[in-house]
Amino acid sequence: MAPKQKQKKKSSRGKKSPKPILAGHPEIYPLVLTTKTQEIFNCRIDEDVTDEQPYKLINKEDIFEDLRNRAAVSDFHPVKKIVQEYPGNELLLVYDKDFKYGLNFYLIGTEEGKENYLNITYMISQKRIEFGAPVKFSDQNASSVKDAYIECTAYPDKNFTLKQLEKDVGMQVIPQIKDISTQTEWTYPKNATIQYYPREFSEEEKETLKQSRPLVDFLNNASISVEIALQQNEIMNTFIDDWKYLAEEEGTFGDKTDTHLKEYQSFTDLHSPTEKMITCISWHPTIYGLIAVSVAVRLSFEDRVYFSGKLLLQPSLILFWSFSDPIHPQLMLESPDDIFCFKFCPSDPNIIAGGCINGQIVLWDITAHADRIENIKAGGSRSKKATLKPMFLLEPESNKEAMYIRHCAVSSIESGHKKVITDIHWLSDTFEINRMGSVFENRSGICCQLVTCSADCTICFWDIRPQKPLTPQTTEKKKEESIEIPFDVPSTFLHLDLSWKPLSKIRLSKGETSLDHCPTRISLNEDHKTLTQSKTVKAGEMNPYHNLESGMANLLKPIDDFCTKFFVGTEDGEVIYTDWKMEKDPETGRHMPKKPVSIHTIHDGTVHTIQRSPFYNDIILTVGGWNVAIWKEGVMTGPLLQSCCAPKMYTSGHWSLTRPGVFYIGREDGYIDIWDLLEKTHEPAQSQNICITMITYIKPWIFSAKQQFIAIADYYGTLHILEIPWTLSRPSTNEMTSVNYYFEREVKHLEYVEQRKNIREQEKKEMELEMEKKKIKTYQKSKEQMEAELKMDYESYLELEKTVLINLGLLKVTEKGSYMDVV
Amino acid sequence: MIFLVEETLKRIQSHKGVIGTMVVNAEGIPIRTTLDNSTTVQYAGLLHQLTMKARSTVRDIDPQNDLTFLRIRSKKHEIMVAPDKEYLLIVIQNPCE
Repeated sequence: MAPKQKQKKKSSRGKKSPKPILAGHPEIYPLVLTTKTQEIFNCRIDEDVTDEQPYKLINKEDIFEDLRNRAAVSDFHPVKKIVQEYPGNELLLVYDKDFKYGLNFYLIGTEEGKENYLNITYMISQKRIEFGAPVKFSDQNASSVKDAYIECTAYPDKNFTLKQLEKDVGMQVIPQIKDISTQTEWTYPKNATIQYYPREFSEEEKETLKQSRPLVDFLNNASISVEIALQQNEIMNTFIDDWKYLAEEEGTFGDKTDTHLKEYQSFTDLHSPTEKMITCISWHPTIYGLIAVSVAVRLSFEDRVYFSGKLLLQPSLILFWSFSDPIHPQLMLESPDDIFCFKFCPSDPNIIAGGCINGQIVLWDITAHADRIENIKAGGSRSKKATLKPMFLLEPESNKEAMYIRHCAVSSIESGHKKVITDIHWLSDTFEINRMGSVFENRSGICCQLVTCSADCTICFWDIRPQKPLTPQTTEKKKEESIEIPFDVPSTFLHLDLSWKPLSKIRLSKGETSLDHCPTRISLNEDHKTLTQSKTVKAGEMNPYHNLESGMANLLKPIDDFCTKFFVGTEDGEVIYTDWKMEKDPETGRHMPKKPVSIHTIHDGTVHTIQRSPFYNDIILTVGGWNVAIWKEGVMTGPLLQSCCAPKMYTSGHWSLTRPGVFYIGREDGYIDIWDLLEKTHEPAQSQNICITMITYIKPWIFSAKQQFIAIADYYGTLHILEIPWTLSRPSTNEMTSVNYYFEREVKHLEYVEQRKNIREQEKKEMELEMEKKKIKTYQKSKEQMEAELKMDYESYLELEKTVLINLGLLKVTEKGSYMDVV
Repeated sequence: MIFLVEETLKRIQSHKGVIGTMVVNAEGIPIRTTLDNSTTVQYAGLLHQLTMKARSTVRDIDPQNDLTFLRIRSKKHEIMVAPDKEYLLIVIQNPCE
């Protein structure tokens, strides 16, 4: 930036007149130049001499000429002398616009002045005093004095601008939320009721409508489509989900492929001196994990007689085993002799009835010890400790020692059975029978009657209630000695002890022969409602068994059409279906048992199992000898299924409790055969080894939906408890219907066989008849017919002879013309 | 006339699985029935309304169309309604074996 040039003219010019106007400039001489003069010298104002160039250099010669020409008129007259004295050639004439020196032009008289004017010099002066004096600075506001500061303002330079192409910006998204509220009118619910009845037609109106024509027409039209729709539904159900019904139920516990019985526990009585075998098993009906087992000495009849003295000293027992203690039995029931069968009473599990080898029935009442066995689980931990010690170190703890419980009552020896009791059953609590075998409604509501069968070929019915004596026996009573009873035996059945007589006796006779059937098992019809499921006796309430006389006052009410028939299995392998009702024999007038309805000899050995299926009341399983048979009650022609002879003898059997087509058979070699009727009917589905010796009894039991056990007793006295796997305990879908269907098919098959028999007989008869007829026909041919036949034969022979001779050429063929031609 | 009516209804009733048959008039009042009174009245009232609704639905969609038969299939059984201008024939059948 070019600074502004400050021009300060300090130089002043003097005039021609001796008085310079301004001090310091004597050479300035103001002049007035007229217009003419201006034209002559070319210094016209505003044309040649302007503000920018206010001076003009004029030649001296010219001025002289002007002076000559115009002499006194010339403007330069006053300065003539100065001009003449002027050393140089050119004089400077300056236009004085502002009349600074008084006139419009002025002339610079000296050469110095000319140079000063043209080349400006500055002269700065200062007082001498002020030289070297300290400088005095003072503040001054920059804005108050004009031009006191220099400013450097910023200005945008395009060379240095950068255009921003990228920008980093953050953003946040928020939902737009609006709050709106409204106010509604609260309608609160109010209860309101309406009573109405439907509109109906009266009977007359209905009748008139029925007769109207439109109704008939409508029905005719509508019934067509309705019947089509009905038939469609009958033909096929279009809405079933086939896929769903195709699949079996999934959701199984455990391994599906596991079909073996798993060993759970086994019990052996280690304290007995002689070798024992187990004869009967029964699970306790209510308590989990408690199983009762009757043991008998493993001796033949001869050995028994031989060792009878020794055997008398040993008690015969029923042992109660619990899962929690495999070595110590929980309870031991004592009996006079070996028990071969026993049963818990269904109405009261504390009453047990057993059949003895000597023909007596033994009754026990363990009500007093019931709490002991019920709390077995609580004492389980203690028993586990005890079992760790070896046997000889075991000290008999008073509370751990198994209690010997004496029997309550035994039946009368004279009037009861004479031989071993092979089977015992409690009769259901819904009915009771009297001496004649007629059935009445049970008046006590509890099971009070028993049925037993024995090897002495009789079946006896017993009643555990006190019976009114038929004849007054007051005198006899006095004679009887009072028998002392041990104090710890309950007096429930005291009235029966040793004087118990059967209610009725049925002898299974084989007709005229003296040999009788020897029953080994019975199976009664159980098709009636049970009045009481197991009644748990609460403490404080009267146990009905302790008060057996209470119900006797009620009148008996007969039950009509009660099936009094039952199945009996015998020692010879027969299955007998007979009736227990007595009938009056017309000849003798006595009451005689009825003849059996049917007898079938199917098995080759003793029938040791007759059992009704838990699912079907009329299907009975019989096992004996070397084969198995399934019967249906009512079908008298034969068994539905009869298996072929097995390689090993079958010694026990039982239906499965959950699967209708499954049953278990025990063999004499310790194997158990599991039969599944839906899988195979000619042989068992599975076979599993349990022990080394003969299996004597099988009893399965259900504890829960997931846990099922089977108790297997063997000949050596060991009781094995096995767990039934899922596959054997869980029925498949529709298993019951399939098994039912199978049985129905078998029944039809039997019927067909019967029919075929008849048809075959008929056919046979017909064939015989035809044969007869044929024979008769040959004799019936008459003589005439025969002669005519002979004649025809002869004639045909003659012709044959003729043709042969012609062919041979022995006979000439005479022309045979017609008689007509000849004539 | 009465005989025909009875015979037709008996024939329908004797089909396999039929639980009940009833004839109801246009207002839903039962005329003839094989079920007990309360059940009949209930069925008649409900099915009459449903049939009206079904018919109006069919006719709304196409005015030239009309309801000829109504079958309601439920889990337990099937209800068949044959409608007419003046009467309704209702049959309840259990189709499962």
